[in-house]
Amino acid sequence: MSTILIVEQVLNGLQLGVMLFLMAAGLTLIFGVMGLINLAHGSLYMVGAFAAAAVAGATGSFLLALMAALGAAALAGVLIEMVVIRRLYKAAHLDQVLATFALILIFSEGTRWVFGSFPLFLDVPDALSGPVTLPGGIEYPLYRLTLIAIGLAVAVGLWALVERTRLGVQIRAGENDREMIAALGIDISKLYTLVFALGAALAGLAGALVGAIQSVQVGMGEPVLILAFVVIVIGGIGSIRGAFIGAILVGLTDTLGGVFLPELFKLFMETGAAQQAGSAIASMGIYILMGLVLVWRPTGLFGARG
Amino acid sequence: MRLNETYINAAVLIGLLVVPLWAVMVDEPFTITLATKAVILALAAVGLNLILGIGGMVSFGHALFFGLGGYAMGILAYHAQTFTMLDLGLFSTGGTKMMPIIWLVAIAVSAVIAFLMGQLVLRTGGVYFIMITLAFAQMFYYFSISWSQYGGEDGLSIYVRNEFPGLNTLDPIQFFGICFAILCVVLLLFSRLQTSPFGLALNATRQTAKRVETVGLNPMHLKLVAFVLSGAITGLAGAMFADLNRFVSPTMFSWHLSGELIILIIIGGVGRLMGPVIGACIFVVLEHFLGGLTTYWHIFLGLIMLAIVFFARGGVIGLLTGKEGAHV
Repeated sequence: MSTILIVEQVLNGLQLGVMLFLMAAGLTLIFGVMGLINLAHGSLYMVGAFAAAAVAGATGSFLLALMAALGAAALAGVLIEMVVIRRLYKAAHLDQVLATFALILIFSEGTRWVFGSFPLFLDVPDALSGPVTLPGGIEYPLYRLTLIAIGLAVAVGLWALVERTRLGVQIRAGENDREMIAALGIDISKLYTLVFALGAALAGLAGALVGAIQSVQVGMGEPVLILAFVVIVIGGIGSIRGAFIGAILVGLTDTLGGVFLPELFKLFMETGAAQQAGSAIASMGIYILMGLVLVWRPTGLFGARG
Repeated sequence: MRLNETYINAAVLIGLLVVPLWAVMVDEPFTITLATKAVILALAAVGLNLILGIGGMVSFGHALFFGLGGYAMGILAYHAQTFTMLDLGLFSTGGTKMMPIIWLVAIAVSAVIAFLMGQLVLRTGGVYFIMITLAFAQMFYYFSISWSQYGGEDGLSIYVRNEFPGLNTLDPIQFFGICFAILCVVLLLFSRLQTSPFGLALNATRQTAKRVETVGLNPMHLKLVAFVLSGAITGLAGAMFADLNRFVSPTMFSWHLSGELIILIIIGGVGRLMGPVIGACIFVVLEHFLGGLTTYWHIFLGLIMLAIVFFARGGVIGLLTGKEGAHV
């Protein structure tokens, strides 16, 4: 077990973590402001990836593809917010789960209908392909480093948006008392649509960025959605800071567990059984982490309400 | 149109019995298989309805118990068909092909897991409960994929359906009869439970837990008992479902299945005795006919679900009786 491997795996974990943050930030913002549990968030991730793959295929430009992903996901977000989601803000959680589950079915089958069942491929742009040498002689893919940088930049940007702008003040006020800010003359339904579009765009961006290192296919959003749920439950639903810390924790646990648990088990078991048991436990690692956090704090690390 | 719920219930049960009998006469074994599938899905959803409809706990991870039951059947039958021993640490035992024993194991395993899981998940509520139940089911899903001894991602095939003393389970109508009888027993249990002191207290817990506490009952205990019962029923259904398909795979743990179980209940009517049964029948019919018309039938299922959420809060029974039913 060399230092190089450890550093590489930590970077992989960070990369997964920041991409999860893009998903989780939208989910947690939407829950915090509107009180809505949005299962269709994974579909917006998928929409972003497909839009990027289609535009990259037509124009060859990765930058245009990213813009298409942001635009398509935000547009899809605005559309479902105005047609469906808007009627759900006051509904019970059960209705929200059901209606947004219905949206997943519609989005997934609709995408299959338009693009077919075969995965699309989105290539890493030439400028970002290939490895870079980090201090200490570690070679690491430049694209993954870029993902980490973009994720961190978005986190800082979101923090500045929520803490330092007028819109951020409205969002925070909306979390605390929606009647009061409506009474102060803020168009609450426009604010909700805006927040939903923002969350959707972040999900679409994550889909497009991750789409370049995985294949773009129907159903790609669902595993990510569930990981993002784990993230916001750990971080506390409604808290962006919690989403960031939760995302990094989940990313590191998932990546490092898969590599190091089998090695750890080999210390006291025979190799084959250790590999088997190690990878089985590692696949459950983040859920065990979530369980431990909830035993300690039933509303997550930074959560206020349930 | 205002119909009495009792008549609706009777009509549904009779219909569910008549269709397969008719299928026997006109020799349509596939229809019997569809009816059996509806009965088993209904049973699984009755289990969920106990905590969702009466107790107000929206479990988005009930596929967990369905899968546990399925794997209980798969593992026992696998050892029986390969004549290998099942090593349980303290002792080892052979597998079995006897349905009653498999069912007991499925019920016991599901109940124990539900008990342990309940200690943790019932501490939370609202959205946290939804997500943590989902996460538990996902945990078992990934575990079953990475556990290669019992097929991993490919699942386990059981070549011959398990046996029931005195009956030929390979005959579709006899297997249907077994499943239907079990559904009736569980429905009877459900209806007795609904009006029992326990059921009333559980219902009150859904509405205002504080008041239940004030009269000296422990809401946590009520919920835990309901959760264990619910898991056990869904686990039993899982074992039967695996027997119907003679196949078990990680998809029995998948979150689509958890979602579908909720859908069945909503279509029929939340907290209603026959809600899950009506929902399961409609779901299986839709899946068969819409699925035959277009491979993209899930789009229509999605639209139907949206319509139910927005326009038919009480599901089919709510529409027919004009009463909305339990609010969750």
